[in-house]
Order: sequence, then structure tokens, then C-alpha cells
Amino acid sequence: MAKITLSDLKHSYYPNPTGPEDYALKEIDLEWSDGGAYALLGPSGCGKSTLLNIISGLLTPSNGRILFDDKDVTDLAPNQRNIAQVFQFPVIYDTMSVYDNLAFPLRNRRVDETAVNTRVMAIAEMLEVTDMIGQKAAGLSPDNKQKISMGRGLVRDDVNVVMFDEPLTVIDPHLKWKLRSKLKELHQKVRATMIYVTHDQTEALTFADQVVVMQDGEIVQIGTPVELFERPAHTFVGHFIGSPGMNVLPCEVRDGGAFFGEKLITLEGAIEQGSGAAEIGVRPEFVTLGDAGLPAVVHKVSDVGRHAVVEAKVGNTSVKAVVEGDVPAQGTTTHLSFDPTKTRLYRDGWIATRAGT
Amino acid sequence: MGAGTHPAGDNTMKTQNQRAWFFVLPVLLLVAFNALIPMMTVVNYSVQETFGNNVFFWEGLRWFEQLLNSDRFHAALGRQFLFTGIILAIEIPLGIIIALAMPRQGIWVPVCLVLMALPMLIPWNVVGAMWNIFTLPDIGLLGYLMNHTLGINYDMTQDPVAAWVTIVTMDVWHWTSLVVLLCYAGLVSIPDAYYQAAKIDGASNWSVFRYIQLPKMKQVLTIAILLRFMDSFNIYTEPFVLTGGGPGNSTTFLSIDLVKIALGQFDLGPAAAMSLIYFAITLLVSWLFYTLMTKDDGK
Repeated sequence: MAKITLSDLKHSYYPNPTGPEDYALKEIDLEWSDGGAYALLGPSGCGKSTLLNIISGLLTPSNGRILFDDKDVTDLAPNQRNIAQVFQFPVIYDTMSVYDNLAFPLRNRRVDETAVNTRVMAIAEMLEVTDMIGQKAAGLSPDNKQKISMGRGLVRDDVNVVMFDEPLTVIDPHLKWKLRSKLKELHQKVRATMIYVTHDQTEALTFADQVVVMQDGEIVQIGTPVELFERPAHTFVGHFIGSPGMNVLPCEVRDGGAFFGEKLITLEGAIEQGSGAAEIGVRPEFVTLGDAGLPAVVHKVSDVGRHAVVEAKVGNTSVKAVVEGDVPAQGTTTHLSFDPTKTRLYRDGWIATRAGT
Repeated sequence: MGAGTHPAGDNTMKTQNQRAWFFVLPVLLLVAFNALIPMMTVVNYSVQETFGNNVFFWEGLRWFEQLLNSDRFHAALGRQFLFTGIILAIEIPLGIIIALAMPRQGIWVPVCLVLMALPMLIPWNVVGAMWNIFTLPDIGLLGYLMNHTLGINYDMTQDPVAAWVTIVTMDVWHWTSLVVLLCYAGLVSIPDAYYQAAKIDGASNWSVFRYIQLPKMKQVLTIAILLRFMDSFNIYTEPFVLTGGGPGNSTTFLSIDLVKIALGQFDLGPAAAMSLIYFAITLLVSWLFYTLMTKDDGK
């Protein structure tokens, strides 16, 4: 168990990077506290896996240090770091039994056989694989294989951090949910630091206490799932998290107020000084239809079950609203109003309003 | 129409449509002409005696009995198994080692692959002739070096041990590449995650080989062993060109002996019986080996 500190971390896959565009990781300063459940969320190619491989030691960063509890591990090999990693596709040793698979990391470290037995049986119990302990691992279903590769990570009690690299990719949808809750449960039992890499927001939000959102090799926001949902620091976070994502509406800033569709929009707080393209961000959940507000024409209505998503046009800009109950018919005119405490101004993507009091 | 549209259900599905036979007919014809009919001719010869002029006398199973009790056949069969055993014992491990040592990426990959493939592109009789000249005691590079520079008595036309060493070396030179290329193909198909997981699990190099690389190479190795077994068990051209079966009978393998009986002595009956037994042994060993190796795959 350890606190993990990443300081001034940069990585480029080119031998001689010239500009920031050559870096897969631009500049990462981050601290993961001991025993936390973290998710690393971002679209494919944003540098999540690079970051993960740097922490595990499979990659050496071009620049910066990695500390485990203030001990510099930047130059240590993966097996010297006491970490565990679960990969996208389950890695199991085909010719070994489930028991031998789980015992493998311990035996490699010359743990004596009675201790191996106790640990393996305890982990098997936790993962609910006790009944297949003697089977050859090659014949297992993908979800059980993935459980075994998780088990190999958890079987060592001195492990600093367990990392998951999109571990549910190959799992059937109906088992994903089961395995995800199993993982959450395991985290509560073993209390190891866990980092979960994914591009699936549901997986990230259900697993993690803290979610780190990445884009283009940079960390955009770190926060609890609620924080990310309620107050995205960047329009990317607003758009990436939530379904549908946040409305991002181009607007005009004058006289200290933001105007959209020629109307003054009330925001959560005062606008900070600055320049750059201004946009208003408001989640569809906080847009209501009614008789007063911005006039808009209903363009599309999609019923997604529990509620409906109404897409309305204000001029040429479409605004989505989540509506429960009765929905207006397509083509009718309605009026939109935004919840002022949840409406913010963004400049060049970054939040530019002070939090309301 | 297709059997799938038949309304009566599963049990009638399989028997309704006979049209499939139509499509395999050309293949059946082809196989009949290039395998079945020639083979039946051999079966025909194996139970008869002829003195030429297309006159045949019925002999029953006499040739088979004679052959199975013949010391000459036993000796050739023994030499054959010894030869195949030796070259498998050398080529398979050597091929694995070379494949493991080959680069996985970069400009050296194509260079290595082409270098590896070169010996296999040379025709059998050319290989035999090359090694024959190479090892001649007075003019061959190796032969001269051994006899006149190093002072080691090495003459494969006189010494059976020298002949065997030469033939085995030649086969290793000619065919190890096949094992290398097959193993290499197996190795590069292993995803990086396996090596990374092994690194994290603290596995030694030997464990990586034993638990990741070897199991992943199992299928290609099965094929490699099978191909090398069949090929070396049927070897003819190279030893024929190199030693002609000598000195004495020391390198007379089954196929060389067979040709001697069939064309040298023109004993068509015994030769036909021998080819059938020869064929049966090759088939049986291959089948046994393949069945044993793939026994666990379904589970």
C-alpha cells in the first residue's frame, strides 16, 4: 500500500520530441492517496494507457519522477515496484490450473507453500472461483479468466497499487455489471489503491471515489463523480460525462453578462476576466420547458424510457432538455429556461464563472 | 432449396439435401487420379510376381511376410528411425532457440527472415551436390580443411560416421529454417500483455518460456514436428546424391532401399509391398503424434 506521486511527468513516443503535439502525456502532476479507488477516464488515445504503463514501470517516462510513498521508483522494473495490472484482454497461463495461476506471482517471489495455499484459497473465496480451483485455466469463460487475472494481482498482500486497463472490454454486457460490483466489493475488502482506466463513463463513475478525466495527454479535471457531473471544469468533461452530454452554447459576453439568443442568461456567479471564445454550459437535466424564457422550436423528441430528450432549436443552435412527463410535439414553439445555479460560462473550454454562493 | 427451409425440423435436415455430393465430385475425381488409382496399382503389384512381358502370378501375402522377416528391411527401417530421431532432436530445439533470438521488430526482421528462408529455396539435389563437393577430402572446402589443415581424418565416402555426420548436418542446414519460421510466427502472435503480465508477476525468463511462449507455440510446433517427421522419414534425393546410400549400406534409408529393390533389382512385387508398409508406418506415426498433441485442445 502506498501513496503514489507523479511529478512533472511527460512522455513522448518520439526519440526527439519538438513541440507539445509530439507528447502523448503533456504534463502530469498528480497524487493518488493510499487505498483510494480511482478511475482514469478519457476517450481512446488520450494517454490513459501510457500513464498506466508508466506507473507500472512497463514504460519509462521521457521526463519526470514517480514516487511510491516518497520512494523514487522511476528507474525500477515492474516486478520491483510491487504493483499489479489487469489487462484489457485476460492474461492467463493456459497450461496451468486456476490454483497455479493464482499462486504464480507468489511462487515467483519464493513464498513458502503453506502461505501460498492460504492466500490463494482466500483470494479464490473472494472471487468466488473456489469450485473451479483445480480446472485448467484455458477452458474458462472470458469473465472467469478476467477474474483470475485480477486474482493474480490481488493475491500478493504487499501490492502497492492494482491497475485495471479497460478490464471489462471483452466481457458480455450482462456480466459486466456483476464484475464491476465485484471489483467495488474487492476494493472495500483489500483496501489497496486501485486505478481503473476506462473510456466508459458508467464504469468510471460506479467504481471510483475520484475520477481523473484526461484529454489529449492532459488532465482536465479531477473530482468525485458528483462534482464532475454537477460542475464540469471544462466543456469536454461536460460533454464526455452524462448522457446526453452538456449543452455547450456559443454566446456573447457584454456588460458583464452572457447573452444567448439575444437574451441575458443568469449564470451561477460572476464572470471572471479573460478573453477567448465564450460558451454557456448547461446540462440537459437543468433545462426546463415552459411558457416563459427563451423561445425555441421543438426539433426532435427521443423517448429513452424513463424520460424523454427534447432537442429544441434556438435560432440555429440546438439545445437538449431532459423532460419527464408530457413532451411537446415536434415543430411546436416552446420556451426554455436554465437553472441559474447550474449554468456556467466557459472560455476556450475552461470554466470562467465563480461558483455561486 | 436449402435444407434449412424444410419445415419438418431438425432430424430431417441432414438427410434431405444430396446436392452437396455434386460439388465434391471434381475433387474426388482428382484425388482418384493422383492418389487412389496409382496406389491401387501398387496394391495390385504387391500381391503378384512378374518376370516382365506383363505376365503376373498371384503370390498372396508372401512379399509382406518376406519383407517383415527380412534383416535388410529391419536395418533400413532402423537407420530411418535413427536418422529422423537425430534430426528432430537437433532441429526442433535449435529452431526454437533461433526463433527466440530473432528480432521482433526493426529492419533486421526482413533480413533475418530472408536469410532463414534461403536454404529452403534450394532444390534437394542441388543441396546434395553442394554438400558433396563441400566435403570432398581433397578439393572440398570443408573436406580439405578437416583433412589437410586440421589433420582430422574425415572422408564420408569411406567412413560411415563421417557420412552420417555429413547427412545430419546437411539436413539441419537445409530444414532448421522451417522450424524457425513456424516458431517465429507463433511467437510474434503472442500479445504484449502476456509479457507485461509476466514481468509484473515476477516471472523468470524460463517461466516466460515454459508458461507463455511454449504453450503458444504448441500448435505451430506440432505442425513443424509433423512436417519434419514426414519429410525426413521419406528423405531420398539428398543422401542419394551425397552418399548414394554408402559407404556400404550405412546410409541406405528406406526410400533408397526401396528404389534399389524396385528399379535396381526390378522386384516389383516386394517393392510394392515395401512401399505399402512404408506408407503405413509414416501414416501411423503421424496420426498417433497428431492425435496425442491435439487431444487436450477441445477441452
